[in-house]
Amino acid sequence: MDVNKKLNIPELLKDLEHYRPRRKGWTWRKPLPRDAQLGPFKYKQISESLKNYVPLPAAKYFGGIDPQPECIITTEIASGRFEDDIRRMRMAAWHGADHIMVIRTAGQSHYDGLIEGSPEGIGGVPITRKQLRATRKALDIIEDEVGRPINFHSYVSGVAGPDIAVLFAEEGVNGAHQDPQYNVLYRNVNMIRSFVDAAEAKKLMASVDMLQIDGAHNANATAREAWKVMPELMVQHGINCAFSLKAGMKKDLISLSTVPPTATPAPEVFLDLPYAVALRELFQGFKMRAQMNTKYMEADPREATVNHTMNLLISRLTSVDIQSTITPDEGRNVPWHYNNIAATNTAKQMLIGLDGLTDLVELKKDGPLRKTVRELKERAILFLEEIIAVGGYFKAVEAGFFVDSAEYPARNYDGIVRHADGGIGPDTVFARDKDYFAPVCHMYGDNHLPAGAKKACDLIGGCTLCHPEKIIYIDELDEEDNAAQRMAVMAEHRAKGLLRPEVEWYADGVISMQLFYPTSARVAEYAALALAEKMGIKEAEVINRLPMHPSEGTFLELKGKVDIDIDPNELDIPEEVPLLSEEEIRADIKKNPMTIVGATVGQDEHSVGMREIIDIKHGGIEGFGIACHYLGTSVPLEKVVDAAIETAADAILISTIITHAEIHRINMRRLNDLCKEKGIRDKVILVAGGTQVTNDIAVEEGMDAGFGRGTHGHAVASFLVEKRRKL
Amino acid sequence: MERKDDFKERRQHLANLSDEQLNQRFWDLLDQVVNPLADLAKTHTSPAIERSVLLRMGFSSLEAKSIVEKCQRYGLLGKGAGNVVLKASAISGRPYREAGLQLAEGNLWSQVEAEFAGGAK
Repeated sequence: MDVNKKLNIPELLKDLEHYRPRRKGWTWRKPLPRDAQLGPFKYKQISESLKNYVPLPAAKYFGGIDPQPECIITTEIASGRFEDDIRRMRMAAWHGADHIMVIRTAGQSHYDGLIEGSPEGIGGVPITRKQLRATRKALDIIEDEVGRPINFHSYVSGVAGPDIAVLFAEEGVNGAHQDPQYNVLYRNVNMIRSFVDAAEAKKLMASVDMLQIDGAHNANATAREAWKVMPELMVQHGINCAFSLKAGMKKDLISLSTVPPTATPAPEVFLDLPYAVALRELFQGFKMRAQMNTKYMEADPREATVNHTMNLLISRLTSVDIQSTITPDEGRNVPWHYNNIAATNTAKQMLIGLDGLTDLVELKKDGPLRKTVRELKERAILFLEEIIAVGGYFKAVEAGFFVDSAEYPARNYDGIVRHADGGIGPDTVFARDKDYFAPVCHMYGDNHLPAGAKKACDLIGGCTLCHPEKIIYIDELDEEDNAAQRMAVMAEHRAKGLLRPEVEWYADGVISMQLFYPTSARVAEYAALALAEKMGIKEAEVINRLPMHPSEGTFLELKGKVDIDIDPNELDIPEEVPLLSEEEIRADIKKNPMTIVGATVGQDEHSVGMREIIDIKHGGIEGFGIACHYLGTSVPLEKVVDAAIETAADAILISTIITHAEIHRINMRRLNDLCKEKGIRDKVILVAGGTQVTNDIAVEEGMDAGFGRGTHGHAVASFLVEKRRKL
Repeated sequence: MERKDDFKERRQHLANLSDEQLNQRFWDLLDQVVNPLADLAKTHTSPAIERSVLLRMGFSSLEAKSIVEKCQRYGLLGKGAGNVVLKASAISGRPYREAGLQLAEGNLWSQVEAEFAGGAK
């Protein structure tokens, strides 16, 4: 795949009938040995680097390295249209995500069977065979491009858990959420049905080494005071882990979905750290999927990012196998493209920033940490004892044990109550008769095969898990609600290569802006909406409102839509001048020293511009080893040229203001003439700079180059070296 | 009607356990909680499980749904939907997939039902 080419989505949707996943099962990153060298540094906790990547912005100071933490990084992508999500997956992979989680559309967990085709989703994507194949096919291309396997993940829950588990096993889905307690508590699926179905679903997942993540973190997100449900969380993790082992899952493919339960302004680490430690001690050998806190997430992405940073500190102080990420805008909308990237980068930045942390600090072996760890475990054990005392799990759920807002053994009796004969799908569980059998592989429980049968699926000449060609592929069931129809709406736009801003779906036109009004929050909000209307922004909505002071001012973020298209072919884009690398410039100057004379000329007392270009502190040309003689402000041109002769300078840099009287042009022309008169023009490079100087003006007036606003020393140094080579 | 935090009294029997014993107790109790659930799942089935069997046999999701709904109507889910399909295949002399499609369309059910009526319960 050419990195300069976009993924061809219509092409991806072709020939899915014959697509087969090229591998099954979960893949971990390949850790590098401790003290592995990358660029100028040694790392303790990194894995193999990517072939193609976008590093963190500051990487340019460190040779462009993009060290990858040893743990998996997750990003959740589900806008409702998988054809658009695929492009975001590619971007996320370049930033270091290797676990792509697709949230299901609202309502899928109550759909009794599989959904087929590619209908549009709400708050997620309808998970179908077509959607899985198209996405996996794209991920094959993407993982080849970045050079690291990408794990694809969704959900095995609801009233069609076993159906979905077969589908996932057949289509090479690498990981899935599966936890019958999630069905019971949050989806009100009948509890007996949930557990019976879950055993079969888990057995199927285990058959292809799919990684499982549980659903306990939802208790944290649901309970009124999340920091009080920690004993229950351990019980919920325990029930799903123990049940999964019974269904045949391997311990190292069972992952706890654990969330630091609280958020600042609570004393976050003091509360969250003991819980994280207790969990890791009780669940040794299982995997930790560190989720981030969403319970206390508001509209401000800065606040969310800081909380997630705190969560990452907990990950590094304890352990993490899969680091989840939550987009910083999730508190206000369905995540936007670049916020998936922001969240991925927050995780990468923190995990790498804290590389080797526990070589430097260790958790105390006495004091409040140990006391709380012990207490949490005991509370969880007391919880389990009471479950058994009341007659088991089903009775405990009926008695509202779960998601009670008190810290167990205290009870507020406000927990979620479900009944064994209630919920969705009661009375849909049937005893297996003595002659029950299923002629397929990976059945959990009693399977009374006819006498003589060795392998269950021999009876049918092989099942789909042994012979995938037996799978029946359905492309679409709905002629209107499908990906092809959605893409047809903008087909011409796509074909012409027009550009319209987007955050989620192709050319959705959504833009956002940040602004400040010096007034109260409410007035500011309405002023912003009025402003948006005048600017021609449609469907404007204030998505974040932060008072700076009750009357002095308010910071706002606003989103809205535009339907303006830009044709890139009609843009007048100046050619980009490639710069020499900083290393190359330094090497050149070291081998062949360079001297320049610099001055602000004419009646000009401004020194800022020239100092920016020269000063080592500002990344100026001094930093490359160029010897600089700065003569000051309002320097006569004759004096500049004399100084250049005296120091045998390679170049003269002048800074000049622009005036209506064309003083800048006159200054440049005179400098050129003076150098000719003194016989040094062919030996000295002439450069002019200033806020409104352009290269074209400067060259017209006899300079070798001109630099305007926003120029950095690097560009000037690069030009000087290249020009000198040509002299 | 709230229950006060009586942790200090309740924990007395745990106070002297070592950390290791505490961990062991946690997992022993979990075994006691999940064993009955695992046994229930071993001896029972559901429409979703039976659909998953038919999917593995090479039926589409729509076909599987239709066959399982009819198994339920005829009280045959406890036999296993795959078993029902194979029975229909034997009775009709057709390959199992063809027999299954017949079942999905509502055919062959009386013969299948009669065949199973004599069998074990």
